[in-house]
Amino acid sequence: MTDLMPRAAGEEPHAVPDDHLGHVADSTPVVHKAGERKHLVRNILTWILRIVLTLVFGLPLLFMIVSSFKPDLQIFSDLTSIKAFLPVGDLSLDNYAGISERVPFARFLINSVIITICTVAFGLIVNSMAAFALSRIKFRGQKIILGIILATLIVPFETMALPLLWWVNKLPYFDFVNGFTQGWLDSYQVQIVPFIANAFSIFLFYQYFDTIPKSLDEAATVDGAGWFRIYRSVIMPLSGPAIATVAILTFLPAWNQYLWPLMVVQSEELRPVMVGIDYFKQLNVSWGQLMAYASIITVPVLIMFIAFQRSFINSIASSGVKG
Amino acid sequence: MTTSTFKPAVPAQPAAPPARAKRAGRRPGTVAFLMLVPAGVLILTFLLVPIVLTFGLAFTNARLISPQPARFIGFDNFVRLFDSDTFYASLRNTLVFAIVIVPVQSAIALGLAMLINVKMRGVNFFRTIYFLPVVTSIVVVSILWLFLYQPNGLINALLANVGIQGPDWLGNPNTALFAIIVLSIWQAVGFHMVIWLSGLQTIPGELYEAASIDGANPWQQFAYVTWPGLRQTAIFILITITISAFALFSQVNIMTQGGPLDATTTLVFQAVRTGFQQQQTGYAAAISLVFFVLVLVVSLIQRYLTREKDAR
Repeated sequence: MTDLMPRAAGEEPHAVPDDHLGHVADSTPVVHKAGERKHLVRNILTWILRIVLTLVFGLPLLFMIVSSFKPDLQIFSDLTSIKAFLPVGDLSLDNYAGISERVPFARFLINSVIITICTVAFGLIVNSMAAFALSRIKFRGQKIILGIILATLIVPFETMALPLLWWVNKLPYFDFVNGFTQGWLDSYQVQIVPFIANAFSIFLFYQYFDTIPKSLDEAATVDGAGWFRIYRSVIMPLSGPAIATVAILTFLPAWNQYLWPLMVVQSEELRPVMVGIDYFKQLNVSWGQLMAYASIITVPVLIMFIAFQRSFINSIASSGVKG
Repeated sequence: MTTSTFKPAVPAQPAAPPARAKRAGRRPGTVAFLMLVPAGVLILTFLLVPIVLTFGLAFTNARLISPQPARFIGFDNFVRLFDSDTFYASLRNTLVFAIVIVPVQSAIALGLAMLINVKMRGVNFFRTIYFLPVVTSIVVVSILWLFLYQPNGLINALLANVGIQGPDWLGNPNTALFAIIVLSIWQAVGFHMVIWLSGLQTIPGELYEAASIDGANPWQQFAYVTWPGLRQTAIFILITITISAFALFSQVNIMTQGGPLDATTTLVFQAVRTGFQQQQTGYAAAISLVFFVLVLVVSLIQRYLTREKDAR
């Protein structure tokens, strides 16, 4: 913390956390002229800092998108000047056209969409139902189950990815075409099913359901509604914010899956978009094509984020509220 | 293997006790059980069993695809592990990565949160931009920075403008891990900024007013109002950053493949290399177990330390 402050406050003699400008300086009248000037200087420095940081976080992404329209030679020749970040010179969609020569992009895209939608949709149902039972129905063992679910939160997926890989290869699977088969490798379900139930989603729903008055359940019970009915017609319609939070927090990792599909999928026709990046890293990399591929799998998500910004930010913020 | 590992997890399944029936018909316990079954079965199968398997497989010679069943081999995997230079390199890199990332990233994130915790028009614009890398996949970020870090890439071109000859960032064992640290912070810091921000906004404005009436300077206000109000947030941020730092994999896999000279190899990268590419599940499970213990110990220590401070 302390090591950041001098940087955050620029060249000022007294290191000042900037938020107090908003909290204090703006609301209290500054009487002395010297104080006013200091306030002004501080304000200007804060703005400069904000703008510099905007460049730090924004320019690399801008560079990626802009370069995706340029031929390789021009990408390199533009590097030395501001042109690296400007859409100037010989712009074309050639890099985008070249993508489909290297990878079956449409196939990857469809796979990612299927995997993401299934993971999010099933996840919403399964996790909200579990949270509902834990939060609103009284039964013995409730506390223990909740405790176990919360305890699993500190286990990162990566610790058990390799044992899980071995395990899914042993699991039986049933479908109506092939009947019973052993091993889940190389399938859609291996990319979806393990990620449907999610301890954190359950926790978020649980937390939200707890804020809904229990008297609603009683009223519904008097009207003759069963628990499933209460869940479906009373609680879920009131839980829009929680649903949005969980949907967003499960959407991002599902779309961004990389390590797991890298290991479990051998067939090209089942791969998601992120794994497709590895196709471009072979001999004679075309950076233009690589930037085009990176842009095409990123820009839709960025646009979605900008459109639903408030929900995105609120989701992340509420994920931190846990004690 | 399977049947024995299943046992400890079984209590996770809720029993349907004869609880008092609120309504004629199905007992609440039965309904609760039915609603918990889908999530319960999935968590059991894809979370609890693999955790238990990590412990079990680490003591076997299990292979990913093998006609022979796994055999118990005691501590052989660990003997091999603790005799391997690559393992120590991965452990060291993972720890260095975490030790640098945890304080630096949380501090920068707090600084960013303070910069945008102002009631002012236009400030949302900055929040949006700082957050953009978070919604960008780490895979895409790694590819992008792989290019920025090329010997003739953007960063060295910028450095050349001010007369500095930049190194081959990822090709040099002395700079490779540092380069990965920088891009990792760049990608993830916006996430923790938002969490700090929500913590900052729970601190009532009257506290600041009271403090400034009492003549507290901005630094004192930070030390006595802001920071104490952020304790819960700080615990959460420390734990999440530490755990995700230990899980470093994608950046390494895409940018350096653990090289040069093992300078960027990590525990997860080694686990994947041995358990997936070389199919030695048992050995990979041993690495995973070390990783698991590391995560557990660190989060316990962090919890303990932060509790202590709370009590004071």
